[in-house]
Amino acid sequence: MSLFSVRKITIGLGVVPGTAGHMALALATRTETTVPVESSAPPNSSRDLLTEILAPTHWTDCYQCGKCTAGCPVAAGVDMAPNQVVRALQLGNFEKAMTSDAIWACVSCQTCSTRCPQSVDCAGIMDALREVSLQRGLASPEQKTVVAFQQAFLNNIRRNGRLDEIELIAEFKLRALPSERSLRFLFKDAGLAPQLQKRQKLHLRGEKVKDRALVRRIFERCGDGKHA
Amino acid sequence: MRLAYYPGCALHGSSNDYEQSLRACLGKLEVEPQEIREWICCGATAAHALNHKLSIALPARNLALAEQQGFEDLLAPCPMCSMQLLKAAKLMDEDASLRREISSVIEGEVSGRVQVLNLIQVFQRIGLDRIKPAVKNPLADLKPACYYGCLLTRPPDVVKFDDAEQPSSLEAIMAVLGAKPVDWNYRTECCGAGMTMAKEETVLELSQRILADAQQHGANCLVTACPMCHVNLDMKQGDIERHSGDRFGLPVYYLTDLVGLALGISPEELGIDRHFVKKV
Repeated sequence: MSLFSVRKITIGLGVVPGTAGHMALALATRTETTVPVESSAPPNSSRDLLTEILAPTHWTDCYQCGKCTAGCPVAAGVDMAPNQVVRALQLGNFEKAMTSDAIWACVSCQTCSTRCPQSVDCAGIMDALREVSLQRGLASPEQKTVVAFQQAFLNNIRRNGRLDEIELIAEFKLRALPSERSLRFLFKDAGLAPQLQKRQKLHLRGEKVKDRALVRRIFERCGDGKHA
Repeated sequence: MRLAYYPGCALHGSSNDYEQSLRACLGKLEVEPQEIREWICCGATAAHALNHKLSIALPARNLALAEQQGFEDLLAPCPMCSMQLLKAAKLMDEDASLRREISSVIEGEVSGRVQVLNLIQVFQRIGLDRIKPAVKNPLADLKPACYYGCLLTRPPDVVKFDDAEQPSSLEAIMAVLGAKPVDWNYRTECCGAGMTMAKEETVLELSQRILADAQQHGANCLVTACPMCHVNLDMKQGDIERHSGDRFGLPVYYLTDLVGLALGISPEELGIDRHFVKKV
């Protein structure tokens, strides 16, 4: 959908002052005021890629009722609530959404998508934003630890086919250390090891599938190179 | 019942008490799930958050393996795994070109004939009317808070199971076991899921709300069918108490623990002695 038609939706909503929808819109647009709408976002490849991945989410159908945000378990503590993320997209401000902390704070609980009266797949929007944000190097520096975890996870599967928990934790800690910069972070979960050992829950060597070459081919065909 | 089994990484990792419980319990009901050979990780949150195509390909590979190995029903006791498997199947059902593309990515065919089942559905298949007469030790003292978490019922158009807002399938099983499930509010709220390591404060906050609500409504334990929920509510319960200053002491059981106890299996056989929070 073009920016022009997105704007028409905005205007259409804006002419019903005094309604709950209007209030939700005002709330959602409050954070947009300092950012120029179209000038900040010239067409580029990250925009095209994002638009393509976003297509099945019906993101343009959002009318800002705020139901996603009302049910979101992490909305209270993040820079942009889910409805504000969707609003930013509708206003053409893709970069603002892709650099937000919110997309990495999202726990993928699917409550937003489940409750949306317009069938907007808000959780799918968060996935699309994370994917493109990472590819374009736009992920919020504040969220490096979460990004590091997800990358370490995929690297681990690419290597072994199945998750090796100890290897995952080791790679995650080393990846996140430059941003966390504390020994406490490095060793915080070490105390768990004897507790898990006592309960026979600790596996010093994780399982590996036999055909790991196939696993690597699957990753490569999905365009997922090793996360450096 | 011939049943394929996709354990997923958690049940072969630190949630191996869930697998122990599941095998003991289903065995008692004469169901022997057969593990799919060469299964790979479903990709979980990391794949769907970072690479959409990979999040379809990884589960699709497992669906193809299940088909190749001649199965029609596939138990995935981890709701993250089962949701990912169902989502991949659904997307390929809706889009023939995607099906072709994924089949060349994974070097295998997925016809879509494998039915993915969560753990509750397996008990429903066995039949609550068959389980009821097999109950030897009714759980009369138990007032469980039935905790569904996120992905057993969401997204509803993918998992097509129970009611996303007011589910009742766990309570129905509890009633058959003689337990008295409590009415409470946080049955489908998120526990913080895979943020346990990456963003611990999320788990400490979200899981605290769940435990507090269960306690306020008179529960003396929780029951779940998700390994991640169990980690956050059981293993992290001590950290949550230290963080919030609450005192919960609420044991968290897998669904198969409680069915198993009612059928007369010992706590040790079910691996309940390997949980963090003990029954007082």
